[in-house]
Amino acid sequence: MNSVLSSSAAITGDAGRHLAITFENVSISFEGNQVLDGISFVLQRGETKVMFGVAGAGKSTILKLALGLIKPTRGSIYVLGHDVNQMSEDDLFELRRNIGMVFQESALFDSLTVRENVAYRLIEEKDIPPEEVEHRVREALRFVELEHTLDLLPSELSGGMRRRVAIARAIVTQPEALLYDSPTGGLDPITSTRIIELIVKQRDVYKTSALMVTHRLQDGFIMASHHFDQQANKMVENAPGQKLDAHTTFMILRDGKILFDGMAHELAHTRNEYIKEYIA
Amino acid sequence: MELTSPTEFARETVQSVQDYSVLAARAIAGLFRRPRYFADIVYQADLIGFGSLPIVVLTGLFTGAVLALNSAHTLQRFGSLSLIGQLVSVGMVTELGPVLTGLMVAGRNASGMASELGSMKVTEQIDAMRALGTDPGKKLVTPRVVATVFMMFFLSIISDLLGLIGGFFVSYFMIGLDANQYWTMTYQSLRNQDVEMGLIKPVLFGFIIATIGCYYGLSAKGGTQGVGRATTQAVVAASVLILIVDFFITRLLMGLHG
Repeated sequence: MNSVLSSSAAITGDAGRHLAITFENVSISFEGNQVLDGISFVLQRGETKVMFGVAGAGKSTILKLALGLIKPTRGSIYVLGHDVNQMSEDDLFELRRNIGMVFQESALFDSLTVRENVAYRLIEEKDIPPEEVEHRVREALRFVELEHTLDLLPSELSGGMRRRVAIARAIVTQPEALLYDSPTGGLDPITSTRIIELIVKQRDVYKTSALMVTHRLQDGFIMASHHFDQQANKMVENAPGQKLDAHTTFMILRDGKILFDGMAHELAHTRNEYIKEYIA
Repeated sequence: MELTSPTEFARETVQSVQDYSVLAARAIAGLFRRPRYFADIVYQADLIGFGSLPIVVLTGLFTGAVLALNSAHTLQRFGSLSLIGQLVSVGMVTELGPVLTGLMVAGRNASGMASELGSMKVTEQIDAMRALGTDPGKKLVTPRVVATVFMMFFLSIISDLLGLIGGFFVSYFMIGLDANQYWTMTYQSLRNQDVEMGLIKPVLFGFIIATIGCYYGLSAKGGTQGVGRATTQAVVAASVLILIVDFFITRLLMGLHG
């Protein structure tokens, strides 16, 4: 990461230390269609921001922008203290090694086994000994409780298992920030809760900053109202009267603009008609 | 069908040429920058080279044979049957060996690359690769280009040799030409510049096949239908480009040698 940290695109001072991701007045359009229209938000270190919005609201676009996979038409994006717009593709590859991404359809490499998929980034680093790679792959798969699938191909797994392998692949290097693109999309409620439990575990055990896109409002509320109990190794509901999780915030997008950005209790008491209808 | 305006069409065409040029340049640049993927190069070389061997052998053999058969028909009228060896060797080495091998490998591997990379593109695996900090240009394109260029060179030589053998079978068994005469003729009629031309062409064709295959694969969009379209376009574009480049490179090399 040194080459990235020394690059001229890095921003210095407090902003770089406390903020994981910053969007400043970001706009993007595809073929004349305005997808994001001057949005600004901040993701603090250790914070998990849950993004809602109807399909096509630009949620996944935000994640791809944060990774530098696409460039905005206007505005600035800072990720882990670096100005993504100003970075060369080579510097971006360095930066991305510090960010984990879980894609909407898992995007596992279908010709590689689960072991090779999860180990991918570690093998790419080249200087990690094979025993260390194996150890870390098993550890990541144990985290998502799929250690027994090591030698299977992604096509042999169920949708929920693929999503969990994708999470293992994203967290195997313990990145500073995680981006989840609809991790529960198209899954049954039990599997969805299982995935949310893993995201909460990552939030509470490793304190990773995260942006999460979802269509399901209950995902966000479960995250705000639960915490991970390491002794019991499971997600438990906060005690009655206990505050909602301060590290989980909510953001609602509509027509390329941010309609709401704040805490769960603020969302519950909003007067905005659209949001009321959305959360009803 | 939706009609595209001429300006839009021109813009898209220029954009495609630009994207292709960038991809081709990055494929070459990838050779000189770390990380390098030797294991991927070897795997692709096996897939492209060894995998294409049966069709290249058959194509070479029968092309040489039919070349001998056709030239015999014409040469007989002039009483110059002994020149068969010359026609087969010059024809195979300078033209038919590289071009037909190129077309065969384009049909087999440009399509394979376009469909493989296209499937990866539409299932977000390419984005996932970039998100994991790997340059798809270095990991996917450069090894395919290196392997195809390298293997095309040797496949063309094999094809040339098999063509000469095919020509020999026809000359010896069907026309009754003396074996010694045929092989002496094939050997003596080849000039240095013929061999040079025959070895430069496959290198260029290999580059075209791999870059076109990868370009169409990486620009595939629109699900499985898009992958199918990319595959077809890759084979058509690679084949046409091989024939066009063949003409210009032949003219250029002929000009250089006077």
